[in-house]
Amino acid sequence: MTQPILLRGGRVVDPSRKIDAQQDVLLAAGLIEACGRGLAAPDGARVLDCAGMIVSPGFIDVHCHLREPGREDVETVATGARAAAAGGFTAVCAMPNTDPVTDNQAAVGFIIRQAQRAKAARVHPIGAISLGQRGEALAEFGEMIGAGAVAVSDDGRPVASAQLMRTALEYARTFNIPVIDHCEEPTLSHGGAMNEGIVSARLGLKGIPSEAEEIMVIRDILLARRTKGHVHLAHMSTVGSVELIRWGKERGINVTAEVCPHHLTLTEDRVGAYDTNAKMNPPLRTAADVAALRDAVADGTIDLIATDHAPHHYDEKEQEFANAPNGIVGLETALAVVHTKLVAGGVLDYPRLVERMSCAPARVFHLPGGTLERGAVADVTVFDPRAEWTVDPAAFLSKGRNTPYAGEKLHGRAIFTIVDGEIVYTMPNTTR
Amino acid sequence: MSGALGKDLLGLEPLSAEQIKLILDTAEPFKEISERAIKKVPTLRGSTIVNLFFENSTRTRISFEFAEKRLSADPVNVSATGSSVSKGETLVDTARNLEAMRIDMVVIRHGSSGAAQFLAERIKSNVINAGDGMHEHPTQGLLDLLTLRDHFGGLAGKRVCICGDVLHSRVARSNIWGLRKVGAEVAVCGPRSLLPSAIEELGVTVFDHIEDAIEWADALNVLRLQIERMTGGYIPSLREYNRVFGVTRDRLARAPRDVLILHPGPMNRGVEIDSDVADGDHSVILDQVTNGIAIRMAVLYLLAGGNPTLAESAKAAAR
Repeated sequence: MTQPILLRGGRVVDPSRKIDAQQDVLLAAGLIEACGRGLAAPDGARVLDCAGMIVSPGFIDVHCHLREPGREDVETVATGARAAAAGGFTAVCAMPNTDPVTDNQAAVGFIIRQAQRAKAARVHPIGAISLGQRGEALAEFGEMIGAGAVAVSDDGRPVASAQLMRTALEYARTFNIPVIDHCEEPTLSHGGAMNEGIVSARLGLKGIPSEAEEIMVIRDILLARRTKGHVHLAHMSTVGSVELIRWGKERGINVTAEVCPHHLTLTEDRVGAYDTNAKMNPPLRTAADVAALRDAVADGTIDLIATDHAPHHYDEKEQEFANAPNGIVGLETALAVVHTKLVAGGVLDYPRLVERMSCAPARVFHLPGGTLERGAVADVTVFDPRAEWTVDPAAFLSKGRNTPYAGEKLHGRAIFTIVDGEIVYTMPNTTR
Repeated sequence: MSGALGKDLLGLEPLSAEQIKLILDTAEPFKEISERAIKKVPTLRGSTIVNLFFENSTRTRISFEFAEKRLSADPVNVSATGSSVSKGETLVDTARNLEAMRIDMVVIRHGSSGAAQFLAERIKSNVINAGDGMHEHPTQGLLDLLTLRDHFGGLAGKRVCICGDVLHSRVARSNIWGLRKVGAEVAVCGPRSLLPSAIEELGVTVFDHIEDAIEWADALNVLRLQIERMTGGYIPSLREYNRVFGVTRDRLARAPRDVLILHPGPMNRGVEIDSDVADGDHSVILDQVTNGIAIRMAVLYLLAGGNPTLAESAKAAAR
């Protein structure tokens, strides 16, 4: 039987119930027992002093790469789940571009079992859209959903075939799951290493134009309109994509979208002198794109923030820019980056931060959590908005060290991450 | 070792106008060494230089090797084929091995943009970029500047148009930086499919028609059209390229002034340039080759700066 926990005196921010007030939260038997002022601690309860802390429904990352099976040298389900918990995430969704690809119920079951052993953040597998992510034949959605998958995606690769995307959207309706697309028109992006523009022209790197993303965004929105399926657009990066999503939503099309902390805070200039820690796909874009993405995440055009956590071994990044793999780690920096740059920057307030990182992910992906409603799962994040820290990749719990934020001073840090009413992460040296 | 240029020569973008002028001025006396019966001075005696060519190159590698030998350095040539690179060795491991061999300088040619910078950040030896991907080829840019300066007497206000495949050209990028820093006006001309989409932001004029470029320019730097670009779908055919963008005698004949012709070579005669232009009175293509050795000697010498003994002997020898 789990020990009850009383989170006393924190600022409870729960947009699902429109709460932003100093309250106590009582957790018992793995569920939210009560929220309110002056709650009494039941016998045997652990009482955590949350004065000065933000207490919110646990953060949920709907987009990360845990690399297991296949590349356990760069991440495992366990190390990824622990890194997630350290970053304040109570749940993450694992993309299926593993080796072998997570395209069947056995693979989905394997990931769930690995996550259960880790006893950290929840891990919800995402199944592949197509067998082997080859873009040819549909994978068995029903079997994978039955085994615990929560969505389908060929992420890492775009769904190049419009017909396959249409079929996926139609077929997914049976299971009421989102079809996640990595929007990239492959013949336009082919060989590209960064955003196409002045910086790529200067550095002599082949660019990826914004249109490579936008063409697929509008294709997917139109297919969602045709099929009435739910398309979720991963890692949006351009002003044009924002306009197209807005167009789709205004027409009632079932489209949702996510943006990553790095696309909200960094521009193509960060590539600097060929820094491979600034190489990702989609690439870092321009200041105008960053501004549009910030507006879109503030006004809800973009529904949620996801990390696209993509660990790589250090020597894979330690090579010529064009040859280095795409992606950065993000689980342990996402909260602080968003808090430092967007909340302190006046783009988001606390309720919207929690909405974009907890409530919306739960709602869009039909996941447990995302609320402190009585009876909901006791997945809670307690974070200290004043905690200043300097990003030290060597201290990450993730095996990945590839981050463009190394050495940056940020503020905001998870103090307690609670899953199913149990503390799965406590920030070191916390004495509460 | 480091001198007036700093530790490395990675491109012309990081250099000041003064540094570029210093290299050009330093190259002038080195020209004379190549005219001597015994083409050798002791300037870099005892220095070990590795010419690390991950991409095939004949003229650039030979030009560097001549420059090194004329300064009495000990060059070692390493090519990708026949080295550990062909066995899968990474660039970082290559760098570590070079560092362990205590060499003085590395001249690197590599197919990836940024490879020279990558190496320079990881080894103490001086690094000279002999062409990295589509990024820069600074010594080629400098020898083009020297050739133009020799001809015109100065570069400020001169109009130079770079013609052809600018998109994939490291020569073009070094030319644009170098020429603009010394006050020349720069234009590019070629099919838009072979120009970077943001090229205007580098401060250059764009001509869509070669006739307009010829009318505007004092000099044309005609780039080699790489045959593989045609199969890459950038242009329909070499024949059509010559018809639309070829630098031909007829087109030059209609120019309001004599137009100097440069080409970094090797040339596709009858494609980007016609033979009677390449071999004509206004072609300085072979002067570029000669100047290449002097420029590379100057760069080697300046990067070896900070050692008074070497510097004094060079001055004495070049006098």
